[in-house]
Amino acid sequence: MAKPREFEKPTGVRDFPPALVAKKKWVEQRVGERFRAWGYREVITPALEYFETVGKASAIEEHKLFKLLDSQGRTLVLRPDQTAPIARVVATMMRKESLPLRLCYHGNVFRAQEREAGRNAERFQSGVELVGDDSPEADAEVVALAVEALTACGVENIRVSIGHIGLLDALLKEYLPDPEVARLKDSLGRRNLVEFRERVQALELTESNRERLLSLLTIRGGREALDRLGRHSHTEAVTAAIFHLQAMWDALQDWDVADAVDLDLTLVGSLEYYTGMYFEGYGAKGSYLLSGGRYDQLLEQFDRPSPARGFALKTDQLLMASSGGEDRPERVALVYPRRWRRQACRTASQMRREGKNVAMFVAETGVYPAEDAFDRVEEVSGHDENRSAPDGGDA
Amino acid sequence: MTKTDQHLTVAMPKGRIFTEALHLLKEAGFAMPEEMAENSRKLTVEVPEEGFTFLMVKPVDVPTYVEHGVADLGVVGKDILMEENRDVYELLDLNISPCRVCVAGMPGRGPSLNPKVATKYPRIADRYFREQGQQVEVVRLNGSVELAPLIGLSDRIVDIVSTGRTLRENGLVEMEEIAHVTSRLIANRASYRLKRTRIDQMHQQLTVAVHGEGVFK
Repeated sequence: MAKPREFEKPTGVRDFPPALVAKKKWVEQRVGERFRAWGYREVITPALEYFETVGKASAIEEHKLFKLLDSQGRTLVLRPDQTAPIARVVATMMRKESLPLRLCYHGNVFRAQEREAGRNAERFQSGVELVGDDSPEADAEVVALAVEALTACGVENIRVSIGHIGLLDALLKEYLPDPEVARLKDSLGRRNLVEFRERVQALELTESNRERLLSLLTIRGGREALDRLGRHSHTEAVTAAIFHLQAMWDALQDWDVADAVDLDLTLVGSLEYYTGMYFEGYGAKGSYLLSGGRYDQLLEQFDRPSPARGFALKTDQLLMASSGGEDRPERVALVYPRRWRRQACRTASQMRREGKNVAMFVAETGVYPAEDAFDRVEEVSGHDENRSAPDGGDA
Repeated sequence: MTKTDQHLTVAMPKGRIFTEALHLLKEAGFAMPEEMAENSRKLTVEVPEEGFTFLMVKPVDVPTYVEHGVADLGVVGKDILMEENRDVYELLDLNISPCRVCVAGMPGRGPSLNPKVATKYPRIADRYFREQGQQVEVVRLNGSVELAPLIGLSDRIVDIVSTGRTLRENGLVEMEEIAHVTSRLIANRASYRLKRTRIDQMHQQLTVAVHGEGVFK
């Protein structure tokens, strides 16, 4: 291996120049305001976690984890997501606080990349977790908040697709034994509709059941699609899941976001992790902006069983998709000769109180402000009478 | 709908698959211009009447264009999808350009102590031999793979075979079939959601063209 050159960084990590940081802060502030307005409180968790706890509980596959050893030889991971650490916080530090808990975060997560460079190993996310409360309204709340957060960042053309892993599972189990169900879910998880069709064609089924299974691929729409699906269902699990989704859809209509939302039963998240509804959000010209869903089995791994759901905004994508910019204050370069320093200091303080960003330059040093770094260059030309005048007794 | 909702950019492999895909698009009812010859040197072809832009790219790059979202859709052989393992939707088997990925070698050659396999598909080969419980050394080549066993670079090869003529002419025999290969319609994750109406429509028209009426419900 060649020794790294000075400009090189490990694959998948980036430096953020000031302009990008400004935009990122703006995005985080906008979504953070929405989170707070909906009653979510921010928490911060460490970047390092034990592999045995958070690493194993996370939705991210093991081969994507960054692992390292601490001085006692225990395996640590750089947190691959924020949900598992927050579940740990809810079950330990905040154990005495009664549910439901509404928590949010802004932070980085780490996923090792196998393929070419240009994919981020360190990613920024902002998100919420709503722990406790089994109701369809709680599920609808996070979807509505996700749409509101994207809107707050000026994202256009927002589409949210919603699937339901529990419903899909129950529907498949009406026709098929467990191993086949797992195989079909696996095809959908890899977004391979061709393989799903091939597997269904290869199964021994009546023609009408085969068509019903294949029709799962083409279910589109919202509430009316759910109603149609409900008419054919037989088992209690299917009926219960459809009932839950219908109630959730009604709540989404009350939040006025149902028009941005599509049902798609082929949409499944991490198969071992999500237990109920799962959703992904897209927008702008082709950006994948968020994912989230219901994860009812995570909290019990930290010994505080509870239903829960949340979502994570993909901040890096959101930066590109957001049409807004930071509300940047005016940047002023203040150039002063040394003999007017006292006045320059006062002028600067006054301007800073007015919200301007002020940087100082001493004329005698010959260091002048770069043109593109400032909106305005102001020179302090003192007034002798002002300088010698008494300054209200504080001179 | 705005123009961006309707317009589709499709990554197309240059060569034989393109000709067949073009034929299929016409059968599916899309008005494709006659002069879209496969040997054109153009890298992009606009079909404004149907709201398509075609990107003419190397077959192996089709999934890359689609995954990165510079193309909404792509047409690509299953062999390349298996090798590249990209995060895209595999929507439809177009049933064109059929062939198979095979293990081939010299007839009558016994097992080697240090088996080597030459291939353009190192990931497919590696995965296949692992599943067979064999440890082999995979040698990656970019072409003329059939030469490798003849000159002793490898014992066997993994390559696509359609008629088997190239194998026969080089004195090789097909030993095992790894996968049956046809071309697939693939879609970018975000495009599949954001341009859903248009993609569903195209998906449906192509399904009818491939399988006939009544298959797509």
